[in-house]
Amino acid sequence: MQQKDVLPMKPETEADKRLAAKPVITGSEAVIRSLIAEGVDTIFGYPGGAIMPIYDALYDFQDQVHHILVRHEQGATHAAQGYARSSGKVGVAFATSGPGATNLVTGLADAYMDSTPMVCITGQVAAALLGTDAFQETDVIGITMPITKWNIQVTRQEDIPGAIAKAFYIARSGRPGPVLVDITKNAQAGTCEFEYKKCEFIRSYQPVPELNPEAVTAAAALINSAKKPYIFCGHGVLLSGAENELIQLAEKAQIPVASTLLGLSAVPVDHPLYGGLLGMHGNYAPNMLTCECDLVIAVGMRFDDRVTGDVSTFVSQAKVIHIEIDAAEIDKIIKADVAIHADAKTALEALTQLVMPARHDAWLEEFKFGHEKEYDKVQKRELYPEEGQIKMAETVRLISEKTNGEAILVTDVGQHQMIASRYYRFKNPNTNITSGGMGTMGFSVPAAMGAKMGAPEKTVVAVVGDGCFQMTLQELGTIYQSQIGVKMVILNNNFLGMVRQWQQLFFDKRYSSTEMVNPDFIQIAKGFFIPGKKVTAREDLAAAIDEMLATDGAYLLEVVVEQEDNVFPMVPAGAPVSTIRLE
Amino acid sequence: MQKEYTVTVYTEDRIGITNRITIIFTRRGINITSLTTAETEIPGVYKFVITVMSTREKLDKVVGQIERLIEIHRAFVHEEDEVVYQELALYKIATKNLTTAGDVEKLIRENNARILTITADYFVIEKTGHQQELTDFIKKLEPYGLIEYTKSGRVAIVKWSRRFHEHLKELDKSIASY
Repeated sequence: MQQKDVLPMKPETEADKRLAAKPVITGSEAVIRSLIAEGVDTIFGYPGGAIMPIYDALYDFQDQVHHILVRHEQGATHAAQGYARSSGKVGVAFATSGPGATNLVTGLADAYMDSTPMVCITGQVAAALLGTDAFQETDVIGITMPITKWNIQVTRQEDIPGAIAKAFYIARSGRPGPVLVDITKNAQAGTCEFEYKKCEFIRSYQPVPELNPEAVTAAAALINSAKKPYIFCGHGVLLSGAENELIQLAEKAQIPVASTLLGLSAVPVDHPLYGGLLGMHGNYAPNMLTCECDLVIAVGMRFDDRVTGDVSTFVSQAKVIHIEIDAAEIDKIIKADVAIHADAKTALEALTQLVMPARHDAWLEEFKFGHEKEYDKVQKRELYPEEGQIKMAETVRLISEKTNGEAILVTDVGQHQMIASRYYRFKNPNTNITSGGMGTMGFSVPAAMGAKMGAPEKTVVAVVGDGCFQMTLQELGTIYQSQIGVKMVILNNNFLGMVRQWQQLFFDKRYSSTEMVNPDFIQIAKGFFIPGKKVTAREDLAAAIDEMLATDGAYLLEVVVEQEDNVFPMVPAGAPVSTIRLE
Repeated sequence: MQKEYTVTVYTEDRIGITNRITIIFTRRGINITSLTTAETEIPGVYKFVITVMSTREKLDKVVGQIERLIEIHRAFVHEEDEVVYQELALYKIATKNLTTAGDVEKLIRENNARILTITADYFVIEKTGHQQELTDFIKKLEPYGLIEYTKSGRVAIVKWSRRFHEHLKELDKSIASY
């Protein structure tokens, strides 16, 4: 595709020279050129009336920017999230005004909760029509204010480059997050001189706080005197690229590390100091030992209620060091004895220098004891069953073994998410992509699609429930059209499994609207020209996973699993973590 | 324990900033009892003065979340003794009652109020003070027949604000944002 020649004829006059330096282009072209200047090469989106000029401009840049036509705007946001999480870049999504814009809401909220850098660009009715209830007009700025890190409506074409520059700076800096830029149709159509300057400063915004050496010294003193220190690894570790720094600190002072759901993959599961997953369906030892430790070093995590259970009892016996880039998270849930308001990588580097080498053998042994207890009571029969229907856990174990823990695992929300998070043996950073804070069903198929676009060289496996799959299965069309080689594994129990589990345990087995009569998923995949297989017998499972991984391109594997399987351990909602149940 | 607090917020001049701030109070179920905003001495920087009934613990968290907004410079929670504050009230009285109800001029003088305008139909009195003084004054004006009463939100000066205003002036010298 030829690129449009936007430069004027050979410069002669001063005016011509000025124009040569700053070409006159439409606002729409300014959008695309601005995105290219930010390094964007992939956009997920869906056209419509109010964003047509931008799509028209995109037509001339097809050799530089790859647009993935999704089947629903929610899919665009989740794909952009997956892309961002696997590539480390900012994900970009396009949508038109009105319903297109409102369909972005779930993905924006999800990205906001999970600190995912994303820029969404929406078309808007012409500025003269704003506020008149015009066709497909919606106040997307008002709607998305509480679920974006920042948003802006642009009504003049000359403001477009500045707004996009600011959007990218805000989305990726500090604690990352989603940003929405709403551009009126007149601004897209009008012409302006184009000059792009990356944003590097906003006077009211300090994305990376200065490290306070006194706080680091105080934290090091606490670590040096602790008998049972304990590191909690959150998503902030991955976002700041501090995986090695975290491991160096843990190794120097021999401190066990437990991970939050979004912190998974920062520390390899087979690392000797890795203690397991925290939270409601996390591992037994790391949860129980939150009640035994004398010092918590919480890094880039926000003490979500799924981790703390009853806040009044959570780590109440321990001192707390909280390393966090977002000041609003410090003391929000758990009061810190020492708060280090800083980027995780910078803080950990400084802290490790001041920490004395130490050994905590007896303390580490306590984890081993807990692991053995969990293995005997739960994991053995989950991972290696010999009879009955296929278990979710054994499926995940096989996927983990056959991908050598090196695939990017994208999970949806529910029982399968918890099982996959518990049993996939992550080896490399940023290989766990899931919807943590929002818990958005329907996340995984579009997110996996985006993740594969962001890391084409990696195997991407989406583990999805039968309920979740039906929320965004239309993206199979996108997967087929754009030839995205994502592997999808439906763990089908014909139930909304997690809700059913709660109904069983806390609502006297009153299974209100949780049983699902499902379609033929493999036939559906075939309709989208995606190969697949349904497995019901244990003896066929390993070969089916092999076939899926060996198939060139996308593949759908449906595994019929035990209907009323439960996820244990479990901490009942709002209860003390010490009440964790193994059965 | 719930009591009245003053929250001050320094912001950039941006469309929608009021909404961005107030929805943070809304999420935590805190009712804003008054809100005043005006430009500061630094061009483009606005100051919000918000009064709320709440607890200190809750408000410290609210302020943290307000400060997280991109266009916010700083936000603070103040106890009553940390601020000097005033509110302004206007009272409209029917002119015909002036001659029948007593010595309004004396009343105005004794209460440090002043007359802003007089017409054939009504006159308007202005008074500044704390909320209780302003509402007490309504009772004193009742014999004259109060037609309308309106009051501003709180305007406050923080006793220890010098360093922050120096910081703002430094900002003013720095590169203007978008």
